[in-house]
This record gives sequence, structure tokens and C-alpha cells, in this order.
Amino acid sequence: MAIFLTAESKVIVQGMTGSEGMKHTQRMLASGTQIVGGVNPRKAGAEVEFPGDVLVPVYGTVAEAMAATGADVSVLFVPPPFTKAAVIEAVDAGMPLVVIITEGVPVADTAEFFAYAQSKGTRLIGPNCPGLITPGQSNVGITPANITGPGKIGLVSKSGTLTYQMMFELRDIGFTTAVGIGGDPIVGTTHIDCLAAFEADPDTAAIVMIGEIGGDAEERAAAYIKEHVTKPVVGYVAGFEAPEGKTMGHAGAIVSGSAGTAQAKKEALEAAGVRVGKTPSETARLMREILTAS
Amino acid sequence: MDLYEYQARDMFEKHGVPVLPGIVAETPAEARAAAEQLGGVVVVKAQVKVGGRGKAGGVKVAKNPDEAEAHAAAILGMDIKGHTVHRVMIAAGAAIAEEFYFSVLLDRAERRYLAMCSVEGGMEIEQLAVERPDALAKVAIDPLVGIDEAKAYEIVDAARFPAELRDQVAGVIRSLWTVYKDEDATLVEVNPLVRTEDGSIIALDGKVTLDENAEFRHADHAALEDKAAADPLEAKAKHMNLNYVKLDGSVGIIGNGAGLVMSTLDVVAYAGEQFGGQKPANFLDIGGGASAEVMANGLDVILHDPQVKSVFVNVFGGITSCVAVADGIVGALEALGDKATKPLVVRLDGNAVEDGRAILAHANHPLVTIVETMDGAAAKAAELAAAAE
Repeated sequence: MAIFLTAESKVIVQGMTGSEGMKHTQRMLASGTQIVGGVNPRKAGAEVEFPGDVLVPVYGTVAEAMAATGADVSVLFVPPPFTKAAVIEAVDAGMPLVVIITEGVPVADTAEFFAYAQSKGTRLIGPNCPGLITPGQSNVGITPANITGPGKIGLVSKSGTLTYQMMFELRDIGFTTAVGIGGDPIVGTTHIDCLAAFEADPDTAAIVMIGEIGGDAEERAAAYIKEHVTKPVVGYVAGFEAPEGKTMGHAGAIVSGSAGTAQAKKEALEAAGVRVGKTPSETARLMREILTAS
Repeated sequence: MDLYEYQARDMFEKHGVPVLPGIVAETPAEARAAAEQLGGVVVVKAQVKVGGRGKAGGVKVAKNPDEAEAHAAAILGMDIKGHTVHRVMIAAGAAIAEEFYFSVLLDRAERRYLAMCSVEGGMEIEQLAVERPDALAKVAIDPLVGIDEAKAYEIVDAARFPAELRDQVAGVIRSLWTVYKDEDATLVEVNPLVRTEDGSIIALDGKVTLDENAEFRHADHAALEDKAAADPLEAKAKHMNLNYVKLDGSVGIIGNGAGLVMSTLDVVAYAGEQFGGQKPANFLDIGGGASAEVMANGLDVILHDPQVKSVFVNVFGGITSCVAVADGIVGALEALGDKATKPLVVRLDGNAVEDGRAILAHANHPLVTIVETMDGAAAKAAELAAAAE
């Protein structure tokens, strides 16, 4: 088992024929993902060849791709000005899961396409995220597939590189699924959504939750953990040294006045019984202790 | 990006929000000229991107151009909570009968917008929210609908405006929504929104935050940026397309990925406690590529910071191979030559790490120390910074 993504997931790539789309489609194929098609209205009917004599057909629309392939996941490598239209097209086609890798999407666009997706029952992950990986089964997005294999830890994180670091630190134990939810002010899937899914997943024994400054998603997740999560959770929060009012790389990573500080997030998590590491390595040690004790 | 009040005023005017005439002045003489042009009583207002300027003495009423010039002379150059006043706005005076409050902003938690409105304006909104929560109406805005006529009246009624002001205030709120929507703002706040004695509703002071991700569809927004106020190193980094924030410590930081770099700052500060309180000197995310050129640019910016005593390069090779990163460091040090004078601690992990470390070991640069773990490397960088003091 896993969350959101399994070996059976059939994936199409919106923006596959662009340079980023090509590069990452090749990487996703190499890590075993079932890529069943790409979408580009100007190249409909073409086939794109990838290493290993793999031919991926290109469809004119998401709806055509779904009808022809039975795809149930779409991943977007579409530039910011075109992201909203691409997400809405996927939602209108009835795509169950849409993963938006694109960084730099105006937050008004995200607010609109998120509201629209919610009204139609589509789950969005991202934008500005690395995607998600179920090691050994499927990899959708840009996460390196060779860091770790399948195991019993579930991971949810706002940050890509911290996800990679944590997967690396705990590579001997392995992961059910690692979800990079993205660093924008509005994201389609939250820490809480992933915590709920990991709690329900029988193969996930424990959960690592990585947060960072900005907003109150971690505080909300802490309240959720206290009420609903029985599995052990260890946490890490980045950004204690971030000054007030400065955006730290991610559009959503900003302390505004006294809101969104790392200290407040850490305290909320600890109050909910979550052990919070001071460094990524210490966080990994805490997880290791929990798993070897149980 | 936060706008100055005068920029917000201009933007309001462009979208039909009623505002008073206002003229920006950078010298007392310009302030006098502006007051002469406006005539009558004017208000001299410090232009700083921070609240509480009234209490700090940054807002003064002037009855005539002489007073305007004198007030401008006092206010220009003033320090308000660490912000130096470089400009004042000379605004026409108004006979205020009542003060209200309105804002619309991004509600991150609910993933939509939130409008807040009160008939008790004038004070800081945080204070109002705590002291008189019942007086602050909060109305959720559906991003797919926005503030249409019905929603504007819902806001006005939730704030309990008197019947005779409903239409007028609802109209102003709809114009403010146009600012929010059409300019890709994440905050539009008017405090106070006033009723003047002659019955007009006017946005007397405005605060606007724009979404930098939306700049591709707002060619005019780049001109609103205050380049003169930026830190010179931040300006240089921006010019090189680097994601850099200047901080106050002594350990220069280069890393890949926003989360890992934020984490690196924390780990350095944590390790620095053992070495006399060494702190990070900056945030610098070189992103996924980490080519020799980007690495050289990053090092160039950091080594120009006189506060930097040591540099910590912390890279996790995900997609990027550590070979490329190591080549980047070696190439950057070659390109910098004698300009590279501060010790570098490098921690590489992930994709092709052995080969990457081998390249650095082979180059055997006297300034470079390789440490295998992030925590260990942070301690080494802090130690070197402390030793250089």
C-alpha cells in the first residue's frame, strides 16, 4: 500500500514536450512510473521516443488522453502563465489527481483553480512542489528515485531538498510514500490531508512531517495529530533564523509580524506530542529510535 | 512586494477608489511647492513601509506651505522602526466625521480570500481584533466569485454600516476589490476609510501588497520596486538572478533548495552557540542547477560581504550530480583566484557523492575543507568564523 500513488497509477504529462517535461518524463519512466501519454494540442497524434525504445503518445487534450489510456494522474510541467488553464482542463476532464510542479504560479490563479478542483472532486498536489514518490512503485514529479527504496515511513514536506535529505538519512528503513506538498501560500494538498492518508495506510508505521515558516499549516496539523493520529509522528521545522518580512526562497515562506514563526510551529507540534528535531539529522535519529523501540 | 502609501494611493485612483490629492516630495522645498499647489491645510506623511508612523511623529498637519516645509524638514531622514524616511507625501487635508476599516487579503489557511470591515476604524487592526472582536466583520470571499454586488452588501451589513451609507461604502468596496483582483494583490487595506463632513467616503491611507509571481502579467509593477532602499548585496544578487537575503551573522551560506537552505541557517546558528554565538550571514539558494557559473556568482556575492568570515556550501545532490557541484566549486575558486580569501566548508551528499568529494579532494584547494555531515560541517564553519574574529 501507499498513499495517492501506486504501481497501478497511469500517468499523463501536461507539458511533456517542453524541455523540463522531456527531462523529467525520462526520469519518471526510468524509475518505473507508468507514463501513458503526454498532452500538447499542437503535437497531437505524435509519439515521443524515450531511451529504451519507449514510445509515449501525445494527445491533443487531457480528455482525449484519459479516454485513450485510462490515465488517473496528471503531472504538470507547464509555465506559470499557462498553469491555470492546464489545471482547469485536467479538472474538467475528471482527472482524480493533478500534480503541479510549476514554480511561480500567481497565488490568485492557485486560489481559483483550487476552488474549482474542490468543487469537482479533483485532488491537487502543489504547485511549486517536487511531486510524490511511492518508492519501488511509481514516481510523479522531480524527486530522485534512487535515494531510497520501499519501507514503512510516510513523509510529508513543504520542501523538496529537505525531503531528499530525510529520505537519504532514513534510506535503510525506506518509505511508503513521500509527498512534497509545495512551498506556496496556497497548496492543493496539505500536511493534514497527508497525515490522514498515512494514518489510514496499513503499511505506514510512522510519519515524518517537515514544515517551514509561513502560514499556520503546521499548527493546524499539530491540532489534527492530537485528535486523529495514533501513529508516531516526528517533526522538523525550518526557518528559525529567518528575519521577519523576508521571503525565504519559497513564496509562502515568510514570517509576517509575529505570525508564521518556526518557534510557534515547533511548540504547537511538541504540545501535540510530536518529537521535533533541531536538525534534519536529529529528526532522523528520533524516527530511528521510535521505529527500533516498537 | 509591499507598496508605499503614495503608490497605493495612485493605484486606488487608477481603479476609481476615491482618494484625496497627494504629491510626493523628497526635499522640504518640494514639500512647500506641493502644499502651495494643493492649497489650504495639508498633511505631511512619512513614506515608510512600517506601521506606527503617526505615533513616531511621522505624520503632521500643516496649515500653510511654511509649516509643510518645516514638517518635511523634520520628517525627512527620520528613523521609524529602523526605516529611514526618504520621501513624504503632501496630502490634501480632510474634515473627518468618522473613521472605518476595510481590508481584503489572502486567507492561506482557508485557501480563499477574506474581507474584514469595521465601522470602528483608525486604530491598529490587530488591536481592534483583540479588544473589540465583535466590531470587526470577517467575510469569506470565494475566489471564483470575488466581491460582487451581493457580497459587497454582505460585508457592509456585517460591519453594521448605517443604511444611508450602504450604497456608497459598497461601491467603494467593489472598487477596492478591483484593485485586489486586477493588480494581483495579496493584501489591500484601507485604514482609515473615512466619511468626511461633506459626506464623501474616502480611502485616506492604503496598504497594498502585490504578488511577485504575477509580475509576468503586470509590466508596470517592476517600476514600483524601491531599488534605492534595497541592500546593495541583495541588489547585486538579484541582478545575477540569485535568491539571496542578507542577514547579520558571520557564516556565509550557499545551498540548494529553499527548505534545505533555511535549515542550514538554523543548523549553523545551533552549532554556532558552541563558538561564541556565530550566526548565518545570509540565505542563498542556488537552486537545482548549481553550475560553475551560478556557484561562482554566489561565492562572489558572499565574499563581498565584509561580515562573512567563513562560508558553508551545503548541497544535497538530488537531480544534480555532486560531480557538477564539485566542478562548480573548483571552477568558481579558479575564476575568483586571489579574490577568494575566506575558508570554505563543503558538505556534499546524494547523487554521485563519492565522485564529487574525490574532485574536491584532488583539487586540494587550501581554503576548502570537506566535512561529511551537515551538522559537522555547520560546526566546522562556525568554528572557522569564530577563529577569524
